[in-house]
Parts: sequence; C-alpha cells; structure tokens
Amino acid sequence: MKETFSEISPSDFFYRNRDLAGFTNPSRALYSTVRELVENSLDACELERILPEVYVRITPYDPMETVDPKKYIIRVQDNGPGVEPDKVPEAFGKVLYGSKYKLRQSRGMFGLGGTMAILYGQITSNKPVTIETSVDGVKRYCYKLMIDIEKNKPIVVEKRIEDGDGLHGTVVELVMEGDYLRSSTKIQEYFKHTALVVPYANITFVDPNGRIFYYLRTTTEMPPPPKETLPHPHGIDVEFMRRTIRQSGEENLAKFLSKRFHRVGLKTAIKFLQYAGIDPNRSPKSLADEEIVNMVTAMHRYEEFLPPDAGCLSPLGENILAAGIVKELTPEFFTIVVRPPSAYSGYPFIIELALAYGGKMIEKGIKLYRFANRIPLLYDEASDVSWKIINEEIDWKRYKIPQEAPIAIIVNISSTRIPYKTVGKEYIADRPEIEKEIKNALREALRKLSAYLSRRSSEEHEKKKINMYLKYLPLIANFSKELAKKSRPPNYKRLLSSSEYEGEQKKIEEFTNS
Amino acid sequence: MKSSPTARKREVQEQLKILGEKIYYQIENGIFPEIEMPSRSVKNIVYDESLKQYVVGKNRVKRSSKNIKHLRPFTQTIWLAFFVDKLIREGKTSTLRDVYYSAQAFGIEFKDQAESDEIITDLEALLGKAREDYNVYPEERSAIYGDLTIEYTTPGHEGKRLNLASHPDGYLIGPSLSTAELVETSAKMVFAVEKGGLFTRFVENKVHEKYNALIVDTAGQPPRSTRYFLRRLNQELGLPVYVLTDADPYGMHIYMVIASGSANAAHLTELTVPTAKWLGVTATDIETYRLPYVKLTDEDIKRAYELKSDPRYKDERFQKELDVFLKRQKKAELEAFAKYSLDYIVDKYLPDKLKEVKEE
Repeated sequence: MKETFSEISPSDFFYRNRDLAGFTNPSRALYSTVRELVENSLDACELERILPEVYVRITPYDPMETVDPKKYIIRVQDNGPGVEPDKVPEAFGKVLYGSKYKLRQSRGMFGLGGTMAILYGQITSNKPVTIETSVDGVKRYCYKLMIDIEKNKPIVVEKRIEDGDGLHGTVVELVMEGDYLRSSTKIQEYFKHTALVVPYANITFVDPNGRIFYYLRTTTEMPPPPKETLPHPHGIDVEFMRRTIRQSGEENLAKFLSKRFHRVGLKTAIKFLQYAGIDPNRSPKSLADEEIVNMVTAMHRYEEFLPPDAGCLSPLGENILAAGIVKELTPEFFTIVVRPPSAYSGYPFIIELALAYGGKMIEKGIKLYRFANRIPLLYDEASDVSWKIINEEIDWKRYKIPQEAPIAIIVNISSTRIPYKTVGKEYIADRPEIEKEIKNALREALRKLSAYLSRRSSEEHEKKKINMYLKYLPLIANFSKELAKKSRPPNYKRLLSSSEYEGEQKKIEEFTNS
Repeated sequence: MKSSPTARKREVQEQLKILGEKIYYQIENGIFPEIEMPSRSVKNIVYDESLKQYVVGKNRVKRSSKNIKHLRPFTQTIWLAFFVDKLIREGKTSTLRDVYYSAQAFGIEFKDQAESDEIITDLEALLGKAREDYNVYPEERSAIYGDLTIEYTTPGHEGKRLNLASHPDGYLIGPSLSTAELVETSAKMVFAVEKGGLFTRFVENKVHEKYNALIVDTAGQPPRSTRYFLRRLNQELGLPVYVLTDADPYGMHIYMVIASGSANAAHLTELTVPTAKWLGVTATDIETYRLPYVKLTDEDIKRAYELKSDPRYKDERFQKELDVFLKRQKKAELEAFAKYSLDYIVDKYLPDKLKEVKEE
C-alpha cells in the first residue's frame, strides 16, 4: 500500500480510478460535476452563516454541435465567503488527499469531489478551469488553472485582478465532456431534492436548452454549522493511528490519547492503557508496528469509552425540513421524526425522517428521498438501507395505509462519516445501528400517518352520515306527515341530537383524540 | 278471498295511513323510524304444499333510517307509500317506469328503474298487497274477449258498463279493466292461450260461443295484472281456467306460473289460480297428433331438467311430460295443428283435451 502511494500522486490515483468517484461516463460525470460544485458552494455559505444564493448554468461549448455526448461549459456561482487569493491554486488545482484528519460533518469529503470535477474537465477537454473569487467584494481574483496530474501540482495559466463590484463569493467555470440528454432527469431531480433540504437557499439553474429553474428561499433559518471533533477511539484504524503518532509531540501515551481522541480524558486513557497492558508512560513514537496493531484492536474492544458526542453533527432540524417539504411537496399531511443521536463504530449519527402524504405533488406509490449530510443520493436506490427497510422490513398492512397511497419518505442521515457501501457514495450500507434507527423512525412516522388517515376517514364518515341524515330525514318526516294526514311534519331535528346518536358521536371523538 | 277492487283500495289506504302514523310518532318520540317486512331473500322463499306455490318464510327484515345503508331505500319506500297513497286518492295509475321518473319531482333519486322496481316489490312485501292494488302496473298488457260485463271504477268512467265481446280484437287487461267490478257473464270457463295468433283464431272460430268461454291472450309469460285478473275470474265468478301453450318446457311453465305463482312474487299469495288446468300442448300430444316438430335446444333441455327438480312440478303428470320431452327431444308450436286445418285445433283438439282433463 505504502509503496503504491509513493509511486503515483493522488491526482494520478483518482485519474486512474475515476469510475469509482462517480465519473463513469459523460452523463454521470455531468451530474457529478454539477452536484460536487453546488455542494461546495452550499458548504462554503453554510460555514459562514451566509444565506446561499447559487447560480448554475450549463451551456453547450460549441452551439453547432448537436449530438450528445459533447462539450459543455459548467458555471457555478455562489455568494459564499470566497477563497483567499493565494490559496486558490492549491485549493482548486491539487488533489488534497488525506490533508485533514480532524472530523467534521460536511457535504463533500474535504472538497475532493470538486477537484475531481476539475480534473475530469481537464482530461476530457484539455481546457483550464476558471476560478473567480472575492473575499471582500473589493477585488476579484480571476485564475485559469490546470492540474499537473503526475506531480499533483497546480499550473497557473493566467491570473487577473478585477473590480469586485461589492460582491463576495466564488465562481467556478469549467469545460468538460458531458451528456445532458441522458442526465437531465437526474440533474433536475438533484435540484428538486436539494431544494427540499435547503429551503434557506435561492438556487437558479439554467439548462443547456435555456430553460430556467428557480428554487426560492422560504425560510431564513439555517442549520447550526458543524463543529470539528476528534476521532472516537472506536472509529480508527491502524494506518490512522500510525499517522497520528507520526505527527504527535506528546511525551507519553496517556497524554497522547487524551489529546488526540474524542471521549478520552487522562483518567480514561490510563484506565484503558492498563486494560490493554501498555505502559501509559511510554512515548507514542516508541511503539513498534505490532504494538500499534494491538493497541488499536484493544481500543475497538474497550467498552468504557463514552459513545461519541453528537454535538458536532449538524442535522437539518424540524423547522428547516418542514419548510422544505411544504415548499417542494405541498403535502396534505406530513410528520417529521428526529431520532436521538446514536453511533456506529465510533462515528456519531442522527437520523431525521419525514413522511409526507397526499397533496397535488406527490404521486401514487412510495417515493424515497435519500440524503446523507444533506446531499441527495439519487443512484442505486435499491441497494440502500432505507430502500431495504421500506420494501422488505416494514409490515405495511399493520398501518392500514392503502396500497398506492401517495407517500414521500425523506431520510437524512447526518454523521461525521457516512457508511457508504461503495466509493461511488450513492447508497448507505446496512449497518445494524443505522438500520435500527431508520426503522424506528419510519415506524413512528407510519403510526402518525395511520392515525391521521383513520381520523380523516372517521371524520369524513361522520360528515357523510350527518349529510345523509340532513338530506333524508326531512323527506321522511314530510312523507309520514302526508301519509298520517297530519297538519305539520314531525320534529326530526330531535333525532340529530338524541342521546343515542350523541353516544356514537362521542365514541368517534374519543377514538380520534387517542 | 273475494274482495272487490274498491274494497281492496280502501284496505291499502288504511294500511298506508297506519304506516305513516307509525313513522310519524317514532320521529316525534325521538326514535329513528324503522319498518319491518318479510324477507325476500332466496333463503326465505319456501314452497307451500297446501297453497301449491312459493311463499316467503317467517324471516323478517328490519329497515332502520338510523342505518346509513338503509337510509336511502327507507326514504324511497316511504316516498313510494306517499306516492301510491296519492295515486289512489286521485284515482290515477302509474306504470313501473312512471314511478321511476315521478320520484325526481319529490327529491327522491333512483339510479335506474331496476332500483325503483325493487322498492315497489318491497312495498308489496311490506303491505302484503300486489302493486296493482296500489295502482302501479307493468307496461306489458295482454287481452281478453268474451261475454263479460264489467263496470268501471276508474275516475271519469265510474259506473260505465261494457261487454267484453263488443270488440273482436279483445280488450287490453290494463289498470281500468283490472280494477273494474265484474258484473255479469254467461261464460262457463276461461281459455288462457299463450299467443295472439291463437287468440284471434279462437275469436274467429267462435270458441266463446261454442264453449261458452272467455278467451285470454297471456302474451307469453303473463304479466301479474293478467294473473291477478285470471284469479278474479276464477275466484269471483267461479270459472275454471284452462291454459293452452306451446309444447315445450317454457310453454309448460307459463301454465305453472298461472297455477302456482313465481318465486319472484313469493311474498304475494293472491296472484295464482291453483285450480287452473293445463290442456296442452303436451309432449305426448306431439306423438299422439303427429305434430310437425323441431328438436329441443340445449336451452330447452336445461330448462326441462330444472323444472324436474322444481317442487311445483312434483305431480306425476308433469314429471311424465318432462320425461317425454327429454326422451323424444321434440317440441311443437300451437300453430302446428294447422297441418290438418285451421279449424282442427278448435274442433278436434280442444274437445279431446277438455274431456281428458275433466276425466282426471
């Protein structure tokens, strides 16, 4: 492993393995590029608590060319904090593999996807990427960059400084080979999904045919920014431990563990090292490879570490999710379930699940909207843990929900590390801890829907019944008057307030309130 | 058993008033009104040996206006009661189809005529009276000819008398005839024939004079008004009724419905003529008179088997005839006698058969 990495640069590695990162073919690559750049923009805004304004435009590079796949210009513009001018080449022209070891929930993993998009553009078009950025609105720095793939180094092709026009933010524009014909559905779906979870953003998308899609802000509430956190001892591997030790300056292991790991204080560190049979006073750097392996194994096994604190997570929150659902799905009924934080393998996570029913937008059947750290997951739905739960584990009959009921289920998992099943990052693995939380959330939501539906149907039934009485009883009263040769009809209104009838009313009310 | 139409109408009106009062006071007392009637479900239709007809059993059904499922038919039934009460009071009649349309004027809906027909039958069961007793008649009409003087009770014609031998095409057995008082007759018997053609032949050949008979065209399976009229001729005037049909299982059944009623009208016991006799044409007659025949169809055979297990056909004579049908696989029409001559059926066949049934 080590040798392989020393021989090829990270750029080279990704270049050779681009299939894994979602750049399999021109249509998938176009979708992935849009997604990665938009996610970077949203991340940048959210980190600085700026209400996002994102503008996305895809235009054909050569208007005369009509057959897909062909070259497209992709432009993504945001009102984020901008990038410090001298950091621009490194930030956009170098694959920063393994540069961060602190854990923080964010959309794109370390901005890797964005760089991949730039790399892919360069490979397929041999054109530089254009970056325009301004941190203060006074000056705008415009770069044209290429990546030296073998050396993993940015090449600055051109650098200009322009007037900032009072606007801060970043523009990324690149040329790549893409296939809009075959990716338009997914791309539009991506925006719709995104709008559902970022109702605090204004997003504009102009597609290659000149059609404009607006997704307007309906709330100014934003989720709290995620905090950085140290890794939990249950979630690390040997390679990670080796690197951490290499960077460490602590004189002994007890101090080392308490400073570098989440939920490990000095006391806990000593207790653990005793459990592992390692001298707490030893210097971290004195550990032999075998001893590192043993220590990591012991860490995974040791049960006294507190579970990871979810404070570092940034779930959507009920208000934001509700705003998104109302805006994008306009359902007749919806419910949101936020599960208490849980953890798998030392990584904290929170499941938020929303269930929306009826209305004009939701179609018959079950539509699943999956999100991981607010990123829409659109591919490989049937491999996802949520899909499996919905289709295989939930006994729908129990909830008396009619077949083909128009239902949308939104699942957002927030975690410092999303357990994707593959590098493609399109579906969540069925980890038992996660499966359990999603299942519980879905069950709770279904119980609420079920209660709503039965309340609605008994209300409808009651209403119908009263209407029937109001329609027919006066007729009966009148005909009986005629038959009995009476001068006035009998007082049928008493029937509607008779004690017998009220008894039934009460039963129904009790039922619907429970 | 004997009751004049006028008397029966008064009886119906009284029943309707009682029904109205019952509902009126239920409502006044804060009770959701309900009515009860004999159940007409298949399970509750039984064959009565002594009456020799199908009758409804002891099961009764309750229809409550409180029950949402009952509310609409309940209202329809009460409306119909009101509607026929009005018909009787105003001396008007209505066809089944009229009833269906009339409802709309009162805010009552029927989704089709089948639904209103069903409610009409419900009212029959509720009152134990045929719909003709409350002035509702079917569209189909059959005819009668012969020396019978009737007196109309129809408003505008009350007291007017008519002799039914005055017009050779016969008179329609419609509402006015059905409700007329039977004043006087010289007839000694009634011939009920299945077909208009034969009816005309009988009139032309003066069967009414030769046999001192009234001739009735049942026009196929007789409508209930005709069955009801045949019963009146039998009950009120004491005339024996003889039935002539084609020689096939369906023809045989025309006779049986006249004599023993139908399952559809099991809730009514006053539509039958239990003493009516079937003159023919029997399966045996086809052989005896060497009548031109056609082969029984699959449908005829199926029907013959059904009738064989029907309690109304228990009589040995009927069983034997059905067996002959099934064995010979032949059927023949009344017109087949024309093979010999147009008069043959009147001059030869009829006396033979009358002699035969009288000897029984």
